[in-house]
Amino acid sequence: MNPIINLIIFALLGVAMLALSVMAITTKSLLRSATYLLFVLLCTAGFYLFLNYHFLAAVQVSVYAGGVVILFVFAIFLTTDKDEARIKGDIRRYIYGATTILAGIVLTAFIILKREYLYSDNKSMLGDKEIPIQQIGQALMGTDKYQYLLPFEILSILLLACIIGGLLIARKK
Amino acid sequence: MEYSLLILITPFVLFLFLGLVGGKLKPKSAGIIGTLGMTLCAALSYTVAYQYFFGIGKTSGAWSSIIPFNFEWLRFTDLLHIDIGILLDPISVMMLVVITTVSLMVHIYSLGYMHGESGFQRYYALLSLFSFSMLGLVIATNIFQMYIFWELVGVSSYSLIGFYYQRPSAVSASKKAFIVTRFADLGFLVGILILSYYTGTFDFAALTASNAELVTTSLAGGTFLGLSLATWALALIFMGGAGKSAMFPLHIWLPDAMEGPTPVSALIHAATMVVAGVYLVARLFPVYFFAAPDVLEMIAWVGTFTALFAAIIAITQTDIKRVLAFSTISQIAYMMVALGVSDYGGHDGLGYMSSMFHLFTHAFFKALLFLGAGSVIHAVHSNEMGAMGGLHKYMKITSWTFLIACLAIAGIPPFSGFFSKDEILSAAFHNQPVIFWTLWIVAGMTAFYMFRLYFRIFWNGKREYKGLHKPQESPFSMVMPLVLLAIFSIGTGFIHFADFISSDNMPFHTHIDWKGVAPLSIAVALAGIGTAYAFYFRESRKSSVIAGKMGIFYRCVLHKFYIDEVWMWITRTIIFRYICDSIKWFDRHIIDGAMDGISWTVQKASTSIRGLQSGYVRFYVYVFVAGTLIIAAIALFA
Amino acid sequence: MIRIEYYLIVSTLMFFIGIFGFITRKNMIAILISLELVLNAVEINFAAFNRYLFPERLEGMFFTLFGIAITAAETAVALAIIINAYRSIGNININNLTKMRG
Repeated sequence: MNPIINLIIFALLGVAMLALSVMAITTKSLLRSATYLLFVLLCTAGFYLFLNYHFLAAVQVSVYAGGVVILFVFAIFLTTDKDEARIKGDIRRYIYGATTILAGIVLTAFIILKREYLYSDNKSMLGDKEIPIQQIGQALMGTDKYQYLLPFEILSILLLACIIGGLLIARKK
Repeated sequence: MEYSLLILITPFVLFLFLGLVGGKLKPKSAGIIGTLGMTLCAALSYTVAYQYFFGIGKTSGAWSSIIPFNFEWLRFTDLLHIDIGILLDPISVMMLVVITTVSLMVHIYSLGYMHGESGFQRYYALLSLFSFSMLGLVIATNIFQMYIFWELVGVSSYSLIGFYYQRPSAVSASKKAFIVTRFADLGFLVGILILSYYTGTFDFAALTASNAELVTTSLAGGTFLGLSLATWALALIFMGGAGKSAMFPLHIWLPDAMEGPTPVSALIHAATMVVAGVYLVARLFPVYFFAAPDVLEMIAWVGTFTALFAAIIAITQTDIKRVLAFSTISQIAYMMVALGVSDYGGHDGLGYMSSMFHLFTHAFFKALLFLGAGSVIHAVHSNEMGAMGGLHKYMKITSWTFLIACLAIAGIPPFSGFFSKDEILSAAFHNQPVIFWTLWIVAGMTAFYMFRLYFRIFWNGKREYKGLHKPQESPFSMVMPLVLLAIFSIGTGFIHFADFISSDNMPFHTHIDWKGVAPLSIAVALAGIGTAYAFYFRESRKSSVIAGKMGIFYRCVLHKFYIDEVWMWITRTIIFRYICDSIKWFDRHIIDGAMDGISWTVQKASTSIRGLQSGYVRFYVYVFVAGTLIIAAIALFA
Repeated sequence: MIRIEYYLIVSTLMFFIGIFGFITRKNMIAILISLELVLNAVEINFAAFNRYLFPERLEGMFFTLFGIAITAAETAVALAIIINAYRSIGNININNLTKMRG
């Protein structure tokens, strides 16, 4: 693909992502907020595609967009009450938040831009190709170095614990 | 002999069972279960005793120690470890027999005596616990196991004395018993620690082996306040024994402990718990003899004094259980004296043997006396002599068995007390004349106060019992133990004890000295009985006339020489006022002041920063992020 | 050519937008959404660093993968708690939930 077009698409994705993020946290309607989040997550999947992590992009779409956001929507349906009064924003809190994140952004940007990242622009060096799903599967199921069977199994237990915990917490007394 | 472990397990299981599910059972079935369990326990003890004494006990002429079961519990060093085990040797086997027999009698007796009391199941559970602790004490293989069960005995006797916990006097009596014995046990514990620190072992076998060589060598040379370390350690251990065995001046708990049910008094205060101190000294006898003969001498004098002292008090008391309590103190003191005057080995160890012999016979006749007194109390519903008299025609069996026990304790042949007391007297005779003559007088006094008791209860005029409370003979379950114990009280004297028990485990021969000590002791006993007959057989005012002439002395004795008051004065005035008050002042002003100051500072500081702990998560996140940024900035630019 | 800094800048901005949302919003679900943004930004970083700096390895990608799974689990539990809180106090304003009482 043409690098220029690549860059343009990337820029569009990035700008959309940031704009949607801002909208997600500022909109008063929770349902909209969740929708914006969905789009942010889809854009992130686009980023993964740019990085040639196709599997990751698929996971992002299915788990995040398909699972987490649906959970959010259900939770919003279950909790929002009709007369949720508009809580007057405490202006002091906005000032605190703004100064904090401005300081953070400045600091982080300073770090990011000051560093030299030692990578070549060479596409072959970047490994600009899709990682075969077989390799991912073997890495997930292996027990050697750089293989991830143990975290995988621990994660499955964690998920089980979450299912049980979620049921236990949310069930009606 | 592994089944001897069952002797220990049975009462414990009974305790758990009756304690946990007893409340769901009918009182009667709980009592019967307890009694059957104790019967099993007694049968096992008899089997063990038979096997030991007539089977495997003797190796090459001497009685050996058998340890059929040993479990290493806590290991500190290779030598120093706390075990839980079973030690079978002549004295422990004898104690097994004594304890289980008396306990069984008390169990049967209580079926009748405690009938209809509330808490009947609890009573039997506690009896089982007490039997368990006492059996564990006597079969201990090491001094620490003994200490553990020693404390268990203290706890279970505490709850038995305080069985009628609705009654304030019973509660205070149980507290008194517990605190006094606990105070004495402090000495015991310190003694154990000194002894085991230097010798590096708790084991009885290691401590007493080859003339207590380990103790004499490892504690040699150490002195503290002018006395050798061995003396200190063994004197402190004796202090524990003195507490349990109610030696002067730690005897004050025993008379009050009569607040418990009478069968409990028979079990605890006649045959088992109070002889624990004697048993302890006997268990460590070689150590005492070789390492600290001075302590042994002290034991002899303490015992002599206590015997005389308690006998004097017993003469004046009018509560029949208290008379028996003081008589117990006096008789236990006899045993202590016998140990104190004993030498080691062969016929020289006569005192040791006679002490155990007296322990054995005394257990039966004193249990019989207590149970008989219980039977009387059951009939007339009072402890006071004044409410009794002329009961012989109403309660024939109780009267006869009581008479047998009185004859036994007074030392009239052929009843058992005569034989054991005679051995003690002749042991004292060969050792120390002053002690002998004191004990001889005490023997006369014993005969006097026991027959004073007997005559005042069963004869002494013809009181008319009117109304509903016409006294009558107790039920079969109460009479049967009386008769059995009466048989024991007659029969046990004929056992040739020296064949079985001796200080060095070698059997030896004894004979009654019909030309020296025996006639003297019989004479003084008869004199005592005669005096009592003259004063009390018929209603008369002779005794009160004499009491009136004695004046202050009589009042002193009646109030037990004001020993309780002395202790109260010591605790109230000296300890509470001078020591505790100053400690209290220090505590209030210095320690509390420091603590208050600290807490005041902390409170002020926390009030000033309390706003940070608002509980608002967003504020926490804000602080967290800000902190992270600051740290990152410092890491970057500093 | 897309440089690594581009990814990093986007993820940084998204991270701090998330934090801003976390600090300013009162609704617990909104806070949770902000948290998702933060986590998403971090995961982009993992993937980007992996691709640019160590393209022959897969650690970053797996970190992202596990991160996604853990986020999903955490969200499920958090939402269960929120629903429970809603049941007991009737709203999901975080300022009303300052005491952990049953």
